Amino acid sequence: MRGFLLNRLSQSLILLLIVSVIGFLVLNLLPGGPLAQFGLDPGMTQDDLDRLKEQLGLNRPLLMQYLDWAWRLLQGDWGHSFRDGAPVLAVIGRHVFATLLLMGTSTAIAIAIGTWIGIRGATHRYSMFDHVATVGAMVALSIPTFWFGLVGIYIFSLRLGWLPAGNMYTIGDGSVLNYLHHLILPSIVLSLVHVAIWSRYMRTATLDAISQDFVKTARAKGLSERRVIMKHVVGNALLPMITLAGVQLPSILTGALVTETVFTWPGMGRLFLDSLGYSDYPVVMGLLMFSAILVILGNLIADIAVAIVDPRIRLG
Amino acid sequence: MTERSNSKSNYSRRDALRLMAIGGAAGLIAPNLLGKPAFAQNPPASPTGRVVVGFSQEPTVFNPLMPHTECDDAVHFSVFDALVRMDPKGVLQPNLAVEVPSQDNGGISEDGLVWRIRLRDDVRWHDGTPFTAEDVKFTLELITNPKFRAWRTAGHSLVRDIKVVSPTELTWRMEEAFAPYLSFLAETFMVPKHILEKEADPNAAAFNQAPVGTGAFKWAQRIAGDHIELVANADYAGEGPYLERLVFKYIPDMTVLYTQFKSGDIDLVDQAFITADHYEEASKLPDRAVMLERGASVESIYLNLEKPQFKDPAVRQALYAAIDRKAILEAIYYGVHAPTETFMPQNSYYYNPNLPAQEFNLERARQILDEAGWVPGADGIRVKDGVRLSFSNSTTSGNHLREQAQQFLQQTFAEIGVEMTISNLPAAVMWGDFWLKSQFDSAMVGVTYLIAADPDATNRLHTKAIVAKGGKGSNTGQYSNPEVDALLDKGTRTFDREERRAIYLRVQEIVRQDLPFLPLFAYANVFGRKEGLEGFEANSNARVASWHAAGWHWKA
Repeated sequence: MRGFLLNRLSQSLILLLIVSVIGFLVLNLLPGGPLAQFGLDPGMTQDDLDRLKEQLGLNRPLLMQYLDWAWRLLQGDWGHSFRDGAPVLAVIGRHVFATLLLMGTSTAIAIAIGTWIGIRGATHRYSMFDHVATVGAMVALSIPTFWFGLVGIYIFSLRLGWLPAGNMYTIGDGSVLNYLHHLILPSIVLSLVHVAIWSRYMRTATLDAISQDFVKTARAKGLSERRVIMKHVVGNALLPMITLAGVQLPSILTGALVTETVFTWPGMGRLFLDSLGYSDYPVVMGLLMFSAILVILGNLIADIAVAIVDPRIRLG
Repeated sequence: MTERSNSKSNYSRRDALRLMAIGGAAGLIAPNLLGKPAFAQNPPASPTGRVVVGFSQEPTVFNPLMPHTECDDAVHFSVFDALVRMDPKGVLQPNLAVEVPSQDNGGISEDGLVWRIRLRDDVRWHDGTPFTAEDVKFTLELITNPKFRAWRTAGHSLVRDIKVVSPTELTWRMEEAFAPYLSFLAETFMVPKHILEKEADPNAAAFNQAPVGTGAFKWAQRIAGDHIELVANADYAGEGPYLERLVFKYIPDMTVLYTQFKSGDIDLVDQAFITADHYEEASKLPDRAVMLERGASVESIYLNLEKPQFKDPAVRQALYAAIDRKAILEAIYYGVHAPTETFMPQNSYYYNPNLPAQEFNLERARQILDEAGWVPGADGIRVKDGVRLSFSNSTTSGNHLREQAQQFLQQTFAEIGVEMTISNLPAAVMWGDFWLKSQFDSAMVGVTYLIAADPDATNRLHTKAIVAKGGKGSNTGQYSNPEVDALLDKGTRTFDREERRAIYLRVQEIVRQDLPFLPLFAYANVFGRKEGLEGFEANSNARVASWHAAGWHWKA
């Protein structure tokens, strides 16, 4: 176990190095840059732009800029946002709660419903339910989330007036009920896709498990079908789901780009889009490193969890 | 200004346009910045209520002297004051100064080099400290401090020897006479010396995240990525405020911004306003006042005059005559914007309304080219002296309305034997060196010519502003006319408003004749607010609708 962790750690550091170099290069080679937004400002002279470029240190060779950034990061200094001047970690901290709330809720909904649909679809294969679930999953996967979001807002906010048209809460009302009210629509819209993914995976995994010999043995022992499914099939079918959960874990903190925009949700996904739009290099790099670390952690946790649950797997 | 509120009137889009054309821009409302607006209906005695303003970009820069974009202006105009302010008619009004300095009142010397500013004596910073001439001196010196990441330095870099005469009076010397500086001061907000002088690094000051000003509203809090909340400054020296709270809400998607205006989540739509395609529907919404307000920028076909195709004035005249502007405006731009013949915004005091109107006439266009010796070649494209009348047109790729307009132009130009190819680029490439260093043939672009609403357009039209020829500025079309240069130079040294007006009216005449760019239309913005929000004035001389929230209040 210890050897496994050390091995993983060194792999992760190399991975982070590669991610940061590629990210830094791509970001800096993109045309534009943080001063491009002032290109059409009639009052900004070329002198002003050159001066700002120097003050921000953007006129130095790219390698120098990277080494400077990386050296500071190693010392725990993630830099300051070009947009509002705040430290990058503070900027991330300000957005992470909103994302955690939205993604956490929708993921919980997705796992619960997706698992149930998957199991039922597999045990009642080719039934009406299974067909509806299959077609529904295809529809949910192939229609873009922003469309569902806008249609949801149109029906439930503008036509029926039941739910708010986006936002995390009503300004001036910070009550829990108010948050929940605003959470309903975006979390359902967001979970649609995830339900589809989870139910498809779960259905396949369940079908796999059902055809295994130990299930036949269990049935032959005379166990009730319900007990066979719940105890022997589902338990085994959930194993691959742990890996899937590990892969999905980072998105709980890195957010949903489109849904957060449509629902005016002040989370990490929108922070990323906005920072990219402004070429706010320090924040974009910070977010990149943040999600890279989460991906590594997510996979690590999944591997360890699988090893703990499945006695056949040993880490080392 | 054409106001269309559903409950009061029932104009069609065409009527609205016609009214706009007749009434020009100003006219209907007589604004008075420091007194009571003429239309103010009994504002409450003490600040009450809250207004939520929607923006499609997030305000993030709260130190008004640092590089920022339009949306940040809303916070600056509400939290801070400048020495002077530009009113909706384009006339400067005193703000922290007791008078707008001029040669008549002795505020500016006859040679334009010595300036004297007299300040109000009743202004306090939000923390209670009195505002004095020392703060003005500190602000102006901070802008040119090489360690400070200042926004614009034009004009400020000419200021020398700032002397504080008394707490309410200061003087300075200008390196050269520069009349536009007065307008620049309207966008130069004063920052507190007693807070910022203690900071080792003004770029990273805590003040930049929680500003302290003298304005009508005080900073309350910011929820990053969501909104900014301001509260009334009960001790405000000027008119108002009448609202207890002012909220600037960030809504990143234009469609969602409009949806939240419809659903009532926001009370007023600010930058980037309601999109043109929603105008017709918006003006029918109950309990919403929706109006068209002229903006400051002009959409035009920019011609790179150093390209051989465009050197002949006849070509530019023929191309202009081959543009069916009416069809483009009506069919593509929903009839929202208005035709124009000049770069000067129609709400400017310096706008020239007497320029010859463009006429769409293909026959005339062909005739001009025939007479100038441009003869159709074997492929139907005209040629003269080995130059083929063929060029590319570029703009931001993905801008559907512009792409449609390009295709429209391509067709009518083809009918007069001119080939226009379309070659669009991503925004960052388009407006980088390709634009700034004049590498394009022609561009479709919305350009603001004025800085801080001053009529001086040196930056866009003067020979010395051609970057591709080693100049400094944004004359990307490489327009060069000695008479215009001389007039522009004279304009920057002239302080008398009427004299300046004569100069810029003439500049507009010459530019209309030379056609360095072909004007398509002057942008109009669709403003929307709830019916009961009173005291609102639009001001195309400011970049945001929330330029004077101090005067807003809810109908009692």
